[in-house]
Amino acid sequence: MADFNVNLRGVGPVSVIDVKGYLDAHTAPELENVFNKLLDDQQFKVVVNFNDLKYISSAGLGVFMAYVETMRENLGDIKFSNMKENVFNIFDLLGFPILYEFYKDENEAVGKFNDLDKS
Amino acid sequence: MNSSNKIFEKEIVVKSTTDNLSVLRSFTRSAAEESGFSDETVGKIILAVDEACTNIIKHAYKYSPDGEIKLSIKSEDNKFIIAITDEGNHFDPNKIPEPNLSEYYKQRRIGGLGMFLIRKLMDDVKYSTLTGNKNQVVLVKYLPH
Repeated sequence: MADFNVNLRGVGPVSVIDVKGYLDAHTAPELENVFNKLLDDQQFKVVVNFNDLKYISSAGLGVFMAYVETMRENLGDIKFSNMKENVFNIFDLLGFPILYEFYKDENEAVGKFNDLDKS
Repeated sequence: MNSSNKIFEKEIVVKSTTDNLSVLRSFTRSAAEESGFSDETVGKIILAVDEACTNIIKHAYKYSPDGEIKLSIKSEDNKFIIAITDEGNHFDPNKIPEPNLSEYYKQRRIGGLGMFLIRKLMDDVKYSTLTGNKNQVVLVKYLPH
């Protein structure tokens, strides 16, 4: 069985999703459930912290594709942080850096939302 | 590196369920490591196998858990050959266009990325139909010299 964990926490007005382990076609529905909960709760500002994610396939990437526009239409976004190089390389192969913001550190990603709120 | 390249052949057959993806990845990892690929290349090969098998589960077997996926790996002196065979519905990979990410974003489409990744990750990719209504995809990675 693939080992995957997802955890949702609030950092001020931003929802942070921690993903851990292996994100593939078997485990992607768990991440979708978290995004569906965010939509139910009208939470559109999302940072995904990849610090403990070891592996991602296109099924995992597809989850972000499926939800990002709804977040943006509601003045939110999905931003990525703490990604390991091997995981980033897959996002890069598919051209994600043009469409998504990647940050080294979670605080920096959360801060981007707060900067926007101030301006 | 050539002296460490090993010649072998191994095979695994699993049911067409997504929880078997981790089993297929582990099997591929041990074979690719045994062949002497770098960690980075091992990662690419594992992902390509995952994507090909995910496509089979999704498109050939349409998530029916009763199908079979056969993964055969052959390591020769200069190449690593992976053959993945199923008996599900035939789908023509050539009819799937290369994805344009901006269009995907607009249309909220989430499929089709796997096929594109497989071509990027492997040196050679060939789809064919075998006798007995079997489909096969052969993925090749050349071994380091």
